[in-house]
Amino acid sequence: MEKPILEVDNLRIRYGGASVEAVRGVSFTLGRERLGIVGESGSGKSTVGRALLRLLPGATITADTLRFGELELLTLSEKAMLKVRGRRMSMILQDPKFSLNPIRRVGDQVGETYLRHFRCSKAEARDKALAMLEAVKIRDPERVYDQYPHEISGGMGQRVMIAMMLLADPDLVIADEPTSALDVTVRLQVLNILDSLVRDRGIGLIMISHDLNLVRNFCDRVLIMYAGRVVETLAARDLDRAQHPYTRGLLAAQPRIGGARAPLAVLDRQPEWLEEKA
Amino acid sequence: MSHRRIRFYGAAGQLGTIAVTLLGLLLLTFFIGRLMPADPVRAIVGEDATRETYEQVYRSLGLDRPLWEQFAYYLGDVFTGNFGTSIRTGQPVIQDILHVMPATIELATFAILIGAGLGVPLGVFAAVNKDRWLDHVVRVFSLFGHSMPIFWTGMIALIVFYAHLGLVGGSGRMDQFYIGLVEERTGFLLIDSLIAGEMDVFWSALNHIILPAALLGYSSSAYITRMTRSFMLDQLGQEYVTTARVKGLSRNQTIWQHAFVNIRVQLVTIIALAYGSLLEGAVLIETVFAWPGFGQYLTNNLITGDMNAVMTCVLIVGVIFIGLNLLSDVLYRIFDPRTR
Repeated sequence: MEKPILEVDNLRIRYGGASVEAVRGVSFTLGRERLGIVGESGSGKSTVGRALLRLLPGATITADTLRFGELELLTLSEKAMLKVRGRRMSMILQDPKFSLNPIRRVGDQVGETYLRHFRCSKAEARDKALAMLEAVKIRDPERVYDQYPHEISGGMGQRVMIAMMLLADPDLVIADEPTSALDVTVRLQVLNILDSLVRDRGIGLIMISHDLNLVRNFCDRVLIMYAGRVVETLAARDLDRAQHPYTRGLLAAQPRIGGARAPLAVLDRQPEWLEEKA
Repeated sequence: MSHRRIRFYGAAGQLGTIAVTLLGLLLLTFFIGRLMPADPVRAIVGEDATRETYEQVYRSLGLDRPLWEQFAYYLGDVFTGNFGTSIRTGQPVIQDILHVMPATIELATFAILIGAGLGVPLGVFAAVNKDRWLDHVVRVFSLFGHSMPIFWTGMIALIVFYAHLGLVGGSGRMDQFYIGLVEERTGFLLIDSLIAGEMDVFWSALNHIILPAALLGYSSSAYITRMTRSFMLDQLGQEYVTTARVKGLSRNQTIWQHAFVNIRVQLVTIIALAYGSLLEGAVLIETVFAWPGFGQYLTNNLITGDMNAVMTCVLIVGVIFIGLNLLSDVLYRIFDPRTR
């Protein structure tokens, strides 16, 4: 088996002043694959994503191992981290309405990633940005380059976001609910663009989501998180054969087109799910 | 084409608004002049004048005409630059004002440079270090500047920096010795002395302006700091700040290249308003430092009931604020693409 991109062992995160840990002993490894992290709000899935980039102000992060390539992330200086973020690991945020700077031109924001990590002229960064905008299937890159975020649609904004985060050709991209702010009609389009770029470039992907079907279709493996812990890990195609009662509960609570009109099942949370396994 | 048309209508609308505001302002100053309990005729003829003299002056001022007619005359006067004669000094009001305004503009400009130069970085600094001791220090510092009565800090500062340490000049715009030495061209002493090549006068003027300007600047920096801090906190909580960090920008780059550019618009507005209130005249500091500026002039006119001068001063203050509002509107359009 090839060497994993990311190894996480016993990751624990506590927000400043909180009495309980938001993430309690999460472990997983990631190769050149697409890993889904699924869980309800507050389960700690986004916190894990941000901890990998060490962008959790005020939180305490500990782990036995947090290895990214040849780097041990937790012992890295902030200065070294600046060379990791954007260049080797990046993150696609949820809602382009808020995640793009409202008063800077879209293209400049994309090109900034390149400018930050490579010695090059502004013209060169512009060319790179234009090429990347084209790669995310924006039809008229020259025009969009000079537009401001409020002038483009949500779907286009999210494609701009993808362009920005893939421009420096990272090894790992974390997509934090990349489509939950989008219309259903453009969701699939954006996901397909992300999917094909990630596959073509051999980029590892962590897809954080609460949408089981999305993860089933776009990921190889799935981690199910509950209350800051991974309760189950399984291949996406085996999702229907999940063992853990929480996962089974989530699956049972999904509506199905053409299914029975009976009320949907409601999760019956068991206190023992909260306990950490020895 | 359509863009240009929108811009044209925008500019036209703006001019319309200014015209209406100006008219409202003129109405206001006019009625202040008419409704104030001071009797303009009595102020001219004095207490001992005969009834006939009184009547004569009353008519010559046009006070027997209907109000709208008087207002029309007033408008005509204002637009031909005739603001009447000051009863107190016997000179045309406009000439008096042209004499005191540069002193105030000089002081206010110096003060706002200090206020903004101090307040903006401190505000950003406080926001970035929110709830840490640096933040608390900055907040106490600015609260202090905000709540200290400026005539008191003025006197203390004079005692300490002028009387005891001798670091700065005392009251007035320059040392007594230099008064009248430099020909008045612009009225701005710092500029006039440079034009005349009188470096001694320049240094003396600088030495005199630095203390009152620093005090005014400190007191307006209090407000600017607090506003900058809250604007900045607002922006630092935004998601695009995270985006910038994810791209690999450092904390400082993110703060200045992303968050700060988003508060420029708001900053311009509050700094313009702070500048406006400085131009309106800092009566207290002008009194403490014997600074012959607009604030003192306006106060003296109010006390003596010199109506022509008061009306003109109010008009000028109004025009200053209209001008500053216009300026910040224009800068809004330049800085924020969403308003274009």
